[in-house]
Amino acid sequence: MSETVLELRNVTRAFELSQGAFRRAAKLTAVADVSLKVGRGEVFALVGESGSGKTTLAKMLLGLLPPTSGEILVDGMPISPKDRVAVSRRVQPIFQDPYSSLNPRKSVAQLIALPLIVHGVGDRTTRRAQVLAMLDRVGLSPRHYDAYPGQLSGGQRQRVAIARALILKPEVVICDEPTSALDVSVQAQILNLLLELKRELGLTYFFISHNLAVVEHLADRVAVMYLGRFVEERTRAGLFASPRHPYTRVLLESVLTPDPDLGVPDTRIGTAAGMPASELGCPFEPRCPSAAEVCRTTVPMVRTLPDGWTTCHLIEEEAAIVP
Amino acid sequence: MPLLEVENLVVDLPVSSGTLHAVNGISFNLERGETLAIVGESGSGKSMTSLAVMNLLPKRANRRANRLVFDGIDLANAPNARMRTLRGSRLAMIFQEPMTSLNPSYTIGNQLTEALRCHRSVPIASARDRAVQLLEKVGIPGAARRLGQYPHQLSGGLRQRVMIAMALMCGPDLIIADEPTTALDVTIQAQILHLLADLKREFGMAMILISHDLGVVARVADKVAVMYAGQVVESGAARSLFGTPRHPYTRGLLNCIPVPGRTTPGAPLGAIPGQLPSLIGPQRGCAFRERCAFAAPECAGDIAFITAEPGHDVRCVRLGALGMAA
Repeated sequence: MSETVLELRNVTRAFELSQGAFRRAAKLTAVADVSLKVGRGEVFALVGESGSGKTTLAKMLLGLLPPTSGEILVDGMPISPKDRVAVSRRVQPIFQDPYSSLNPRKSVAQLIALPLIVHGVGDRTTRRAQVLAMLDRVGLSPRHYDAYPGQLSGGQRQRVAIARALILKPEVVICDEPTSALDVSVQAQILNLLLELKRELGLTYFFISHNLAVVEHLADRVAVMYLGRFVEERTRAGLFASPRHPYTRVLLESVLTPDPDLGVPDTRIGTAAGMPASELGCPFEPRCPSAAEVCRTTVPMVRTLPDGWTTCHLIEEEAAIVP
Repeated sequence: MPLLEVENLVVDLPVSSGTLHAVNGISFNLERGETLAIVGESGSGKSMTSLAVMNLLPKRANRRANRLVFDGIDLANAPNARMRTLRGSRLAMIFQEPMTSLNPSYTIGNQLTEALRCHRSVPIASARDRAVQLLEKVGIPGAARRLGQYPHQLSGGLRQRVMIAMALMCGPDLIIADEPTTALDVTIQAQILHLLADLKREFGMAMILISHDLGVVARVADKVAVMYAGQVVESGAARSLFGTPRHPYTRGLLNCIPVPGRTTPGAPLGAIPGQLPSLIGPQRGCAFRERCAFAAPECAGDIAFITAEPGHDVRCVRLGALGMAA
């Protein structure tokens, strides 16, 4: 792997949930002991259902939320939420919904130039030139310079959000479901743009999505998150060719390709039951179609694979059955 | 006789700068037990079409149709009282967002039994029995206990199941599902679609599925209508339409989506340049012509449907140039 640009070391984030004035607060561990390394120029994708902790992780990467324990490093330097301005120089977000992530009272030029002003980059004239160059780069025309978000389509708004994220030349871009709110034809345009910009500017993406078809198209490495934990981390090709964790398999089976002959898969897992009753055992055990006795009693250890790792007790046994 | 016949349905909305032609003369038939998917992007008129069938359009909307007949009942001229007896009873609807379409201040049980008690005047006890039965059918654990709960106590997947159970309470003949799984996780989406297919088979219902997701549509539908800018541009059996898509818009849409194992990772996806045309003011010709790579002068004229295969119709005059002649 190339030089590491983003690293997480045993990052955990817990929240206290109030249960009312006279009861003890319950603890919810949104992200539990996550470690990962992202190489420069890589697209690292994170997939998982709602409630799996994807967005909490993204907030920590952006310095918007401090981890309860563990360390986040960008370029080998620990980032601290106390210094959000410095973090924002290196890590920038693109959010899901371009209708709510852009201030409707600011013009496109003001929106894109704001990061430059906050960081005191350049003067009025150079900022204008930079914004115009960035508009061109994301496929908007100079006539959008003075437009307001309300005058733009969803795809154009997302281009503005991308321009705003890239204007400071960040090292890592956190893309949190950047195309989920867009129409299919617009999604294709934005995905093409993201890939093009990555190649041209050597960007690193941390790409959060629940759309596995999009992840397959974009990612170099993929991590699968379930109830705050990573359960499998692999190369894109490895994961899609031979998913090892039962949860990853269910996710892949649920991808609906436009094949009228195939019908809807029967995934045979229930809905997310929330945290399992005991801390013992595998967190996926209550929903796992192939759970065994050991899964109820023992927390699975990390199993190393040629191109990554997974946490499942049963992979040897399954490997014998599933070639 | 088809269960639902729609011929030349038009929905116009007056706006400050003129008339917005949301649905511009569409026709389709639906047999009992059949699933028709209406697929299109935002602004294509797919949701307006379903609301027009239910007569739930905004008050200012103007709806016209040569025929809008449900099981021998003329919906186009049915008085409101007649529509009220049909809606929720023989015509049911599942809306997109279970978070907003359930009433937060009533219990699940209350909302489930309301339609049945309105339409069938059954006693409370038997309405509750039926509610429990249907909640079990849609796979909600602890159904009896759920009746006393409020929507905020349920997860998104469970709420969507409650919506489905609610639509089934009176045993409808036709169910309209508007993006029933868009707000849900992929694993839950598969479960809900599976459930809808099972229930449809069991109760012999017909279904209109409104979706922008070509994967969902291909897996669930018997027939598909592709809508663009208020018009149906292509319609046919799912197998025929996905097997040999003919209209440039349908083909463009299918090229836009990444498909694991088929599209090359990292390679540019097909894109449809340009934007949806304005639907305000008179509409003539093919609405897609401004964005179409095969457009020619004749695309601005009136365009008739061409039958490419039996049951597979395409609204395009350039099929010859596309090498797609019937």
